[in-house]
Amino acid sequence: MSEIAHNHIKLPEGSIEKQTTTLNLGPTHPATHGVMQNILELDGERIVSAEQTIGYIHRAFEKLAERRPLYQITTITDRMNYCSSPINNMGWHITCEKLLKVKTPKRVDYLRIIIMELARISDHLICNSIVGVDSGAYTGFLYVMQYRELIYEIYEEICGSRLTTNIGRIGGFERNFTNAAFTKLEKFMDEYPKVLTEFESLFKRNRIFMERTQGTGAISAERALNYGFTGPNLRAAGVDYDVRIHTPYSSYEDFDFTVPVGSTGDNYDRFLVRNEEMRQSLRILEQAYRKVQAFTGAEAEVYHADVPEYYLPEKKDVYTKMEALIWHFKIIMGETAIPVGEVYQSVEGGNGELGFYLISDGGRTPYRLHFRRPCFIYYQAYSELTKGAMLSDAIMTMSSLNLIAGELDS
Amino acid sequence: MVLTNETIEQRLKAKFGDLLTNFETPYGMLTFEAPKDYNLKLLQFLYDDTELRFQFLTTLCAVHYPDQPGRELAIVYHLHNLQDNVRIRFKVFTDINTPDIFTATNLYSTANWMERETYDFYGVNFVGHPNLKRILNVDEMDYFPMRKEFPLEDGTRIDKDDAMFGRG
Amino acid sequence: MARPVQYNVKNETGKPVQTVAPPEGYTGEGFFTTKLSDVVGLARKNSLWPLPFATSCCGIEFMATMGSHYDLARFGAERVGFSPRQCDLLMVMGTIAKKMGPVLRQVYLQMAEPRWVLSMGACASSGGIFDTYSVLQGIDQIIPVDVYIPGCPPRPEAVLDGFMKIQELVGKESIRRRNGEQYKQLMESYGIQ
Repeated sequence: MSEIAHNHIKLPEGSIEKQTTTLNLGPTHPATHGVMQNILELDGERIVSAEQTIGYIHRAFEKLAERRPLYQITTITDRMNYCSSPINNMGWHITCEKLLKVKTPKRVDYLRIIIMELARISDHLICNSIVGVDSGAYTGFLYVMQYRELIYEIYEEICGSRLTTNIGRIGGFERNFTNAAFTKLEKFMDEYPKVLTEFESLFKRNRIFMERTQGTGAISAERALNYGFTGPNLRAAGVDYDVRIHTPYSSYEDFDFTVPVGSTGDNYDRFLVRNEEMRQSLRILEQAYRKVQAFTGAEAEVYHADVPEYYLPEKKDVYTKMEALIWHFKIIMGETAIPVGEVYQSVEGGNGELGFYLISDGGRTPYRLHFRRPCFIYYQAYSELTKGAMLSDAIMTMSSLNLIAGELDS
Repeated sequence: MVLTNETIEQRLKAKFGDLLTNFETPYGMLTFEAPKDYNLKLLQFLYDDTELRFQFLTTLCAVHYPDQPGRELAIVYHLHNLQDNVRIRFKVFTDINTPDIFTATNLYSTANWMERETYDFYGVNFVGHPNLKRILNVDEMDYFPMRKEFPLEDGTRIDKDDAMFGRG
Repeated sequence: MARPVQYNVKNETGKPVQTVAPPEGYTGEGFFTTKLSDVVGLARKNSLWPLPFATSCCGIEFMATMGSHYDLARFGAERVGFSPRQCDLLMVMGTIAKKMGPVLRQVYLQMAEPRWVLSMGACASSGGIFDTYSVLQGIDQIIPVDVYIPGCPPRPEAVLDGFMKIQELVGKESIRRRNGEQYKQLMESYGIQ
């Protein structure tokens, strides 16, 4: 970071004139996207130290999860990273499937990938456009919200809800994707790449944006790893760790995509890494779409795994067939066999490695469920990232880290 | 040398001998148990060893087992070796009346808030932690909510009728 | 008689554009009298300045409502402010935890009369799906609320409907309401001076 020479009087340390001001960037502030508090000690405009307070939206997810059966926990995983809730949902379903030893068919995996990549695009769009808003450029945000509406319409076709989707079931999806969903997906894949280029062109070589973001909020790869960074923030620092490549889940190994990596870990690199990840997500979307269209005949109607113990049968079967009625009863009343054991599964969320540590004691509800939330882990580094920075750089760092309050407090 | 669960187990047994117990591999991840005084030494060994290189702390959490007297609280560490792509998990058990565990913040800066969260939820006292106070709950709270004896709901709420919700 | 609108009364499909009826009043040659509260209500309701107190998922749905698809600015809420001293309408969107309660109350107290409160979403109205020890079961435990919008999160159309209900309330409010006995009792029940 360039050191600007201070042309002010040098005061002796400890003198009454040289004191730091305390600024409370409180839980409600136009710049805090979500409720988190930073108490900053400022020496003029420079930050000497920062202390974070979180927990203003603590909703006790982990305790709540001990009360709910496995299939009801999906609704609370939605509300963790609410900008990309399908990824949280799919991560939870994949964890349950690992515990219950359920193998999902390929078509289900590809459909899941479509939903997850759409969610990733949606999350990165919010983050990048808010970075623009914080540096004063409101246009990009409003322009890009239109395309988030398209993504919401796709979710609505599939699961009925726009934001907190509760999409999918253990073993697959609740219904097959309709033709309308695929039409909307095609429309999105047609229109969005040009919009992304246009959005990027507003910022990428924009001198004001570059001067505000380059060199601010930088972190080295070693410090980032020590702080437990994952996701785009770590990749901007130079480490190419992506859970989709390291431990592929949901058939990601069948897809061809690259992982963009930055070099300095500053705000500008994070912005560019997220933009490039959106491009790679588009690539994955196209491949997934072609693979799904390639299924023919009976395989094209498969949308869930054949696990009657954990996947509710169709209502018309429940009313007419005896086995379906029995399975329905068993699943709802919690009499299906859940294995005893502990499993840790992670997925690549919008912010990094979202992990689920599930300990099951054979009962309907988990004995313990712990969420490894990436935002919570890397927000600790905020005081180190902003040491010596100016106040406006601190605001930019906060928004470029993509802090989502629902994920910070569980 | 390819790092598999067996080679990790052998190396750990070679260094620590009988101190580490209960080696199992649920769902493919090596899990073992260590005595609570050795957690830092174990973490340091796993960090420094040139073959094991577990240098990424994925997560740290606690579990409460009220029906195991003397071993009620388990603190679980998940570690990840990024170069060889191996994950392991180890647990440290402690008594609920003296839940003192050495802090890992000197080795992993990420353990700072993870340990504060564990303290907030379970009351585990991390010895040597720079700032052990509540992080997610209100500061005035005087109990540790995730322990099994405490209910989920707020007992003082007046607008919801427990009988209608099937509890109480 | 007011001069009728002459230009742009028909749009492309040929249907006549309706103009909004003026408030009840007595007109004469060059003047129009009506009640002060009607005019003040009309002015206030079409230029409400909201304060989006967005905490969680409902905040993102509010951002979608402010976007161009479901435009909230058409209802006069073009200028959203974040300073309570300048805003009329406090829109509480998202879960309010017990830790956040005092902050919300302080923001409410800093607002100047007349002020209205809109509680958006199930969490703000009653605690929502989070019946836990750390979530405030509804903001009406600490501040008086005018309109509740249910939903998790409510669709933007529902938010607009709630906003229009607030507009109705604002338009019909008597200008003596805030000094009246009933309002004082309401404030006392919340412990607000």
